[in-house]
Amino acid sequence: MAKLTLPPLPYGYAALEPWIDEPTMRVHHDKHHQAYLDNLLKAITGTEFENVPPEKLLAGLGQIPEKIRAAVRNHGGGYVNHNLFWETMAPQAGGAPAGELAKAVGKEFGSFDAFKEKFAAAAAGQFGSGWAWLVVTRAGALAVYSLPNQDNPVTGGDTAILGLDVWEHAYYLKYQNRRAEYIGNWWNVVNWTKVGELYGRARK
Amino acid sequence: MAFILPPLPYPREALAPTISAETVDFHYGKHHQAYVTNLNNLTAGTPWEGKALEEIVLAAKDALFNNAAQVWNHTFYWKGLKPGGGGPPTGVVADAIAGAFGGFDAFKEQLTKAAVGHFGSGWAWLVLAGGKLAVESTANAGCPLQEGKTPLLTCDVWEHAYYIDYRNARPKYVEAFWGLVNWDFVAANLTAAKKG
Repeated sequence: MAKLTLPPLPYGYAALEPWIDEPTMRVHHDKHHQAYLDNLLKAITGTEFENVPPEKLLAGLGQIPEKIRAAVRNHGGGYVNHNLFWETMAPQAGGAPAGELAKAVGKEFGSFDAFKEKFAAAAAGQFGSGWAWLVVTRAGALAVYSLPNQDNPVTGGDTAILGLDVWEHAYYLKYQNRRAEYIGNWWNVVNWTKVGELYGRARK
Repeated sequence: MAFILPPLPYPREALAPTISAETVDFHYGKHHQAYVTNLNNLTAGTPWEGKALEEIVLAAKDALFNNAAQVWNHTFYWKGLKPGGGGPPTGVVADAIAGAFGGFDAFKEQLTKAAVGHFGSGWAWLVLAGGKLAVESTANAGCPLQEGKTPLLTCDVWEHAYYIDYRNARPKYVEAFWGLVNWDFVAANLTAAKKG
């Protein structure tokens, strides 16, 4: 496997304006995401884990030696989570899911609005840094919950198909203490086409 | 009686440029205030109403603990800072630090490491535990009182404490924090604890 790199944003830094501002995107991608990658590499380079995909490391976190386990969990999680975050957002996106994912959301949550309410509550209720997640469980069902810090659902056996970063660094420059406003606006940039693809892949 | 937001011990712009007035407006005026408001909402009409803040911090769980401890932690944080503070401590604090850490520089390095190295939201602390000074960090609303330790000084490393002024550069914020430390407050806490 080639050495891990920081994927460039799939759109411009200002592309998610006005919902997510350019200064936030620059520091979030170029500084925070980069630092997670750098710290992950520092932990695994020169070990037997350096060529293992980070998702696999997180899925088998219990098997990682204690010496580097926290670094893999925190920085490996930070690397993987932000990769997903960028690719599941897009300019001129939002709206609602379609196809199989739309059906599954209706079945699991009753309606898209009910899902949104549950997801927003998970995001608002995460005390301190963390993420709200939409996941596909081992049984193939959809579920919503939040996890602290950079913990990724794969460590608990679930596959994340959508994540909302509620670390303060994700919104503080534009929204300061108003996390609820950030969450409400974020729906405008969710790339449901991509989330639908990830749902299809996770169900296979 | 409902809890109130304790007054800031100095004007909002007094900690600038290390901590800007804008940061204080949000950190004290919005975050600290929100914890007070939430705490009042959570305790009103319950057996917790009228209890002392420390009592709630020691006994409560979940959202009630989070809000009560964040009220306590932030009040403690503001008191531990002052304009024109910083420098090495003198007197009892200097002696205690030398005894526990070997010297001020070694202590500074340990607390800095705890503050910079804490992953996610939380706090770095100088505490008195079992009659000895120690450095630790706590996650989110975690407060050393929970473990029977006496807090002497704290550095808030939630991103909201430094993001407006320092963005992702937490080490720069922590370095600047040292220029604001109110050693008189640390000395008073230490003296009270030793008497206690």
